[in-house]
Amino acid sequence: MVALSQKLLVTSMDKPSRRSPSFNSDQIFRLASLSSALLVLIVLAGIIGSMIYGGLPAFREFGLGFITSSAWDVQRDEYGAWVAIVGTLTSALIALVIGVPISVGIAIFLTQLCPPWLKRPIATTIELLAAVPSIIYGMWGLFVFAPLFAKFVQIPVSRIVEGLPVLGTILYARVPSGVGVLTAGIILSIMIIPFIASITRDILDQIPPVMRESAYGIGCTTWEVVRHVLVPQVGVSIIGAIMLGLGRALGETMAVTFVVGNANRLSLSLFDPGSTIASRIANEFNEAIGLQLNALMALGCILFLVTFSVLVLARLLVARATVK
Amino acid sequence: MDTMSRSTTAPTAPWGRVRRSRYLADRALKAICILFTCLGVFVLGWILLMLLYQGISALRPEVFTNTTPGPMTQGGGIANAIAGSFILTFLGIVVATPVGVLAGTYLAEYGRGSKLAEVIRFVNDILLAAPSILIGLFVYTLMVQPMGGYSGWAGGVALAIIAVPVIVRTTEDMLRIVPGSLREAGAALGAPMSKVITKITWRAARAGMITGILLATARIAGETAPLLFTALNNNFWFRADLMGGVANLPVMIYQYALSPYQNWRELAWAGALVITLTILALSIVARLLFRKDVAR
Repeated sequence: MVALSQKLLVTSMDKPSRRSPSFNSDQIFRLASLSSALLVLIVLAGIIGSMIYGGLPAFREFGLGFITSSAWDVQRDEYGAWVAIVGTLTSALIALVIGVPISVGIAIFLTQLCPPWLKRPIATTIELLAAVPSIIYGMWGLFVFAPLFAKFVQIPVSRIVEGLPVLGTILYARVPSGVGVLTAGIILSIMIIPFIASITRDILDQIPPVMRESAYGIGCTTWEVVRHVLVPQVGVSIIGAIMLGLGRALGETMAVTFVVGNANRLSLSLFDPGSTIASRIANEFNEAIGLQLNALMALGCILFLVTFSVLVLARLLVARATVK
Repeated sequence: MDTMSRSTTAPTAPWGRVRRSRYLADRALKAICILFTCLGVFVLGWILLMLLYQGISALRPEVFTNTTPGPMTQGGGIANAIAGSFILTFLGIVVATPVGVLAGTYLAEYGRGSKLAEVIRFVNDILLAAPSILIGLFVYTLMVQPMGGYSGWAGGVALAIIAVPVIVRTTEDMLRIVPGSLREAGAALGAPMSKVITKITWRAARAGMITGILLATARIAGETAPLLFTALNNNFWFRADLMGGVANLPVMIYQYALSPYQNWRELAWAGALVITLTILALSIVARLLFRKDVAR
């Protein structure tokens, strides 16, 4: 007992002399967390730097014509980004057109209509859709969805619209294989639904319940509450959520690589195979050498600029709502 | 005004035109919302059923013990890809956890109200949604080119870069929930800030932070694009120093699913089932853990 209390006395007497190392460890901890935080900035700078470093030779070789040229010829070493840019924008746009109404519908269901006991299972299911790896969507798209799509959509629709002035070009499949820009857009829409839906749900949940209740109290229907009370309140931040989904759709790689067809051809038909920036990089990068490698890096640079500006805009819009 | 005061039960006989259109719009909205929700649930169910149907018939015991076979040969498994995926994911999360937790701690504890923290938080949110293929290109330039070849280390770093923003975000959110009075109590006892954070706030937010790390693990376990240019793939066991290609499930699935060989395609389905079930289980465990903590 005596020994123990002696020991305690010794340790407690040690304390004051330890003060300065403890002060130092406090400093070290602060420094470590600050430098970890700075690492986030360095990574972003590194991504920008590596894209510019790798893409510069291609930009120097082709100038601004790189963006508008639709050539992609490995033999003659001529490269242009136009086909990939058009494919990226088209598929992402299709994804939004299909995905946004569905996501907003799910968010409205979860916040306004759903009985409380069903809320959590459905919300979890939708969020699990976001956890499924993109390569699984690619396999599902290529082996399950594309054959059905060719059989029940591409062939009948092509037959109906054949010869019609505008539709006959946009919705005509020369080779109804099921893969193409439209298929990629549909798969992308499924992939962005969980993101847009869960952010929109969070935004709708933030609206004070008293707003909703008072609208119901004067006899509004659910549609009128949504249209005249909820949407005017949070419209801007829902647009932000949609832009976040757009950012995802633009950069999505593996699923699109499976179903887009990977053709370097500018076609007016949505049923025809095409390619996106990300799918082209995924497809060719490992075999690329020399100027082709630089051209692919330059494509990455363009993709970075596009997604970066979309995401910045999205964050600013969503942030504006949460401040308010 | 007269129509407004009536009850909103189903319209039957002579309703005013305005009244009926209100009723129809309302019913249409409800029907569409329910339909869309069913569609979302249906798609997840469809994908899972497809995986089970295709994957279970390909799952034989030797799938878990043998390495990937040559094209058109009998037998063989994906043991090297499963082990490689495990190592790469582990490497990624081991690198990402300290960095992410410390950065999140900075944002929540030290950087409150500072301009720098605001910028870092914004950039982190951007990285959270940045295309993962660009991170693959970045790590290719950073590590694969200078080191002269693909390596498991490069793959681990690429995965870590994807995991860090997830961990930063959840750590910061969880630390912000911790009431300030706990910190004040710690400070009143004379504890330095680092002690207050590690001994009090981290402990209070532990379950949430672990949830974030689990979610980050689930996120990187299925990532394919960043591994394509860093760890690539390998039909044999990886080398002990992790140099050269390292077999991993996502890239194996990508290459085998698009191959013309029947036995490779079957293995791709087996791998897809294994990886999806693992990731879904991780996400569900993460959620349950967090829910239990919140309930307490």
